[in-house]
Amino acid sequence: MARSGRSSTAQRPDGRAKVDGAFVYASDLREPGMLWGAVVRSPHPSARIRRVDVVAARAVPGVAAVLTADDIPGVDTYGLITPDQPVFARDVVRFHGEPVAAVAAANLDVARRAAAAVVVEYEPTAPVVDPEAAIAALPVHPDGNVFKHLHIRYGDVGATGDAVVEGTYDWGRQDQAFLGPEAGLAEPTGDGGVRLRVATQALHIDRQQLAACLGLPADQVHLELAGVGGAFGGREDITVQIHASLLALATGAPVMLRYDRRESFLGHVHRHPARMWYCHHATRDGDLVKVEARIVLDGGAYASTSPAVLVNACCFAVGPYRVDAAVVEGYAVRTNNPPSGAMRGFGCPQTCFGHESQMDRLAAALDLDPVQLRLRNALASGDQLITGQRITGTAPVREVIAAATAHPLPPELDDKASPLDLPGGAGLTGDRSHVRRGIALAVGFKNLAYSEGYDDYSTAAVRLERDAAGRARATVHCAAAECGQGFVTLAQQLVRDELGVEQVDLHVADTAIGSAGSSSASRQTVVSGGAVVVAARAVRAAVVRRMVSRHGLDPSLAPSAPSAPSTEGDGVVATTPDALEEALSPFELVDERVIGAEGGPQVDLADLLDEPIEQVRVYRHDPTEPLDRAGQGDAHVAFMFAAHRAVVDVDPELGQVRVVQLATGHDIGRVLHPVQALGQVEGGVVQGIGMALLEDLRTENGAVVNADFADYLLPTALDAPDVPTAFVEQPEPRVANGAKGLGEMPSVPSTAAVAAAVRAATRIDLRRVPIRPADIALGAEPPADAG
Amino acid sequence: MAVARPRSLIAALDALADRPAATVLGGGTDLMVEVNAGQRHLTDVVALRRVDELATVEQHAGGLHLGAGLTWAGMEAALAEHMPALAAAGRSVGSRQIRNTGTLGGNLGSASWKASTPPVLYALDATIDVRSAGGRRDVPVEDFIVAEGRTTLAPGELIASVDVPACRGPQRFLKLGNRSSVISAVVAVAVVLDLDRRRVRVAVGSAAGVPQRLSAAEGVASDVVDWDAGAIDDDGLRSVRRAVGSECLATSDHRAGARFRRHAASVLVARGLASAVTGGRPGAPL
Amino acid sequence: MSADAHPQASDELELRVNGVDHAIADVPLSTSLLDLLREHLDLRATKDACRQGRCGSCSVLMDGELVASCLVLAADAVDADITTVEGLADDPDSQTFRTALLSAGGVQCGFCTPGIVVAAHACLRDHAAAGEREVREELSGNICRCTGYGRIAAAVAQVIGGQAGDG
Repeated sequence: MARSGRSSTAQRPDGRAKVDGAFVYASDLREPGMLWGAVVRSPHPSARIRRVDVVAARAVPGVAAVLTADDIPGVDTYGLITPDQPVFARDVVRFHGEPVAAVAAANLDVARRAAAAVVVEYEPTAPVVDPEAAIAALPVHPDGNVFKHLHIRYGDVGATGDAVVEGTYDWGRQDQAFLGPEAGLAEPTGDGGVRLRVATQALHIDRQQLAACLGLPADQVHLELAGVGGAFGGREDITVQIHASLLALATGAPVMLRYDRRESFLGHVHRHPARMWYCHHATRDGDLVKVEARIVLDGGAYASTSPAVLVNACCFAVGPYRVDAAVVEGYAVRTNNPPSGAMRGFGCPQTCFGHESQMDRLAAALDLDPVQLRLRNALASGDQLITGQRITGTAPVREVIAAATAHPLPPELDDKASPLDLPGGAGLTGDRSHVRRGIALAVGFKNLAYSEGYDDYSTAAVRLERDAAGRARATVHCAAAECGQGFVTLAQQLVRDELGVEQVDLHVADTAIGSAGSSSASRQTVVSGGAVVVAARAVRAAVVRRMVSRHGLDPSLAPSAPSAPSTEGDGVVATTPDALEEALSPFELVDERVIGAEGGPQVDLADLLDEPIEQVRVYRHDPTEPLDRAGQGDAHVAFMFAAHRAVVDVDPELGQVRVVQLATGHDIGRVLHPVQALGQVEGGVVQGIGMALLEDLRTENGAVVNADFADYLLPTALDAPDVPTAFVEQPEPRVANGAKGLGEMPSVPSTAAVAAAVRAATRIDLRRVPIRPADIALGAEPPADAG
Repeated sequence: MAVARPRSLIAALDALADRPAATVLGGGTDLMVEVNAGQRHLTDVVALRRVDELATVEQHAGGLHLGAGLTWAGMEAALAEHMPALAAAGRSVGSRQIRNTGTLGGNLGSASWKASTPPVLYALDATIDVRSAGGRRDVPVEDFIVAEGRTTLAPGELIASVDVPACRGPQRFLKLGNRSSVISAVVAVAVVLDLDRRRVRVAVGSAAGVPQRLSAAEGVASDVVDWDAGAIDDDGLRSVRRAVGSECLATSDHRAGARFRRHAASVLVARGLASAVTGGRPGAPL
Repeated sequence: MSADAHPQASDELELRVNGVDHAIADVPLSTSLLDLLREHLDLRATKDACRQGRCGSCSVLMDGELVASCLVLAADAVDADITTVEGLADDPDSQTFRTALLSAGGVQCGFCTPGIVVAAHACLRDHAAAGEREVREELSGNICRCTGYGRIAAAVAQVIGGQAGDG
């Protein structure tokens, strides 16, 4: 039920500490006697290890431990889906930067020198770097080179259309490039266990993998969220967690393991590079008849989340459009390239670039307006996807297109334009007479939360008590990782609005409470937000029961406690979206008072809190199911949609592009916090622009060549455009407050929109992102000048 | 290990004479990147930041005398009028942080492929004033940079200043990277018009390991400019582009291919030339 | 030979940070000002994100000028007056900007924020009437990966607009 929303302008609770520099990030943690860790990494993308000799490293003064694959007490591999990644390489290294050993020493300088003193004899072998060839190549790993093969067949796969357009599209390798490099501080707890404060997206998923490698029961492995400097998918996988904990247990001392920027680039997974072949069939009038696609994702050396990314890339491969038939074949493959995994959008930005490029080509082939073609085929609630799933929730595709295209266009460049307004910016290469403007639209969609039968839940505890001054105070405890997205603001806001108290404190996110799952898949607003709401409502019901009983009111006014609560192991009540639809009592909790309906009794909330009230709830979204062998099934719980219209100015001779405006229409269910929602859109859009024009982690024969901010270029303030944004509010059923997630969608159509706008400006058939200046400039050159 | 922080040029030269192998520290914006990455370990340093006499600009009849300690910001402020190409180079470097720290001498001394001052100084026929306790030698900038990252500086020597002969006429500096600001050069060009001699000077940086003066292209450009009318026509610009394209050496790396670098250099020179010649006042005599 | 020609021992550094004089011993010569602040003076508001001067997270004022502290050799900061984000805490202009940044929504993960606060301070001090493009150019040395810069630019504009209104 929508409450007052009074707190929707509240500022983030960690904001003041962040602007003052007082907020403690993982890399800021220090402890007395703390050692520093360093990791020895392979310089080769593919090699056999002949010998690892740590004698010299152990002899470096100040070194406390040097660990290798021989020093792992538990399982010696880990992974989010398949534990195929070694904690330390033993006989073979499979990617540039793979860890071989780790060192702990009195300070970072000694640790680095000791790491350099570890002797590793490699015998380099030919790396497998072509994903297409990898499918049939000799296995890079005993598990084989295909992480997942998916073949979706839907409708009459033999159908053909009047118009047929075909194209192949390439997508480079984007890095999350969060500003705060990986860091964690591990400490022995004295009873054989370990306490780890770490910047992560998922404390409990880390703990599961960590405990297995340490050979410890989960209850001896305590994780606490340290300040997280951005994540965007790059902190889903293990990085420092196991190495830091092994070093702490080996030395008996606190160990800080912190990556520098280069190590961060080498040490975490990236967005999957992709090659996508598409063939679209449509009627003369522009109705989609069939879409065929073949999608190959380069998963790099280890599985990470590649199988799930592939499912997404394929499920959403045709875009948010009705189509009668589809054949989509996808491979996620293993190579000796840097490992790929989660990044904002999780497979959907890649195929969005593919299907939206195709929609533009189809519009051109049919001589139709590209926006009209999209509107004509737009999905709506009740329609079927190519996986056979019928959309039961909201699907405002036409509405987001209308919203994105309704924003006023920016003014044309005029003679007064500053050089900074021209492509090329402060390099002063721009010449207004050469600039051409392009405008294009892209539309995308994605699943909300986890899919395919994954047990996707969160846990929240809400406690209501009197503070020292006798006022009512609430505390929320939830392990959801705050990575910057603003879940902490939302958790406070939801509890304020449910319980009518101003003071809502946040317990540190840790493993002392049950899992909240990962801050991934745009899921925390819905799943952890759902857990917080149902826990808060349970507290409210308990308050009302106490009031009814204390004040001798009609007992029928009291909400009943669940008669047969479904419980998790330790008495925690498990709930589903059904709990959100239960009737609330006629009592409101507003302004720290409990107020009965229509002039009924009013009681100060604090008066009822002589004993604290605490409720813990586990919340699960509605179940999903795996896809079957034909790629069919109700695999997803809900969907999110967005349309982006890019306006670019291009200097075709020099291949320089300035994104002038990126106007958006976003499906969001309901806006809970307008400022945070806008921040998610602007931030995600600029990451998408980076992918379209700048960001490409390059490899040469498997070795990374630009692992720094001098050569891996991120958009600056001057590269970021205006992002006028409109939210389409159609409350999603069976979701707390009707609010969908928002985190990922801004990064889904933005890249495709910018690429299409550059095509529109240049009339060059650009099929790869990021677009390189040479792709435009040399493509635009007349042949005579091409030498 | 030790650091000298001299406050005068003489003191700096003395310190350097004592420890000829010491690292000479200008702003540190190149050096510290290597130090932070562990690629370079400092043992002796002579830090020039406090030598005020190195941070001066002196104008004299023959031209300008630029102290090696001038920061990018200092160059922008002091040279916007007299040497706009060098001021523009400062701006393209981008971040305010680097512009406040990086120095002319440091940029020259590191001789990085991406350095922005060398192509400008090539086009300006600058001479480097190299000092040691033993004396002074003047080195034309083109002889100063020997190879990427290497100069003729010997142990015990430092760059004291840069002499730029007077050159009346418009100047342009254009730098192409992929970003709007804080640009890592793929190609940078300097175009200088010498109105008195009716010559165009052209230098290209970042296309290959070291900057280049393009003398053949300069000849073509000097011929196609209508010096009396302050004009250049499209045919003329096309011949300049061709000349640059055939003369400019370029390498391929992960940032760009050689063919694109040559192409971009030719476009940038033509644009810089057109802009310098017409100067926003098309048709006016130069 | 003048006295200052004698190379000083690098392991005794005297400098002023946020108005406090420090004499710091045992500093290895290759130490940056950033590491001096973070590891020797325990001032960890200044952030370490790239160590190449390419992100601005480590921005501080050195004798009033905005610099990337990772690119300053600590031993070359001797006698300098360093101001970090902690040192601007009592500055009313900085407080005005901080408040504007929070209300505009310019903080997400916040790792870039201390650098942004210091850079914006210099920008607003030196370019009090800057237009939006000029502000963005001045802040282009500070990478923010979360916000897309829109809310940060809005905060600067809010301060500039407020000053114009007041003045």
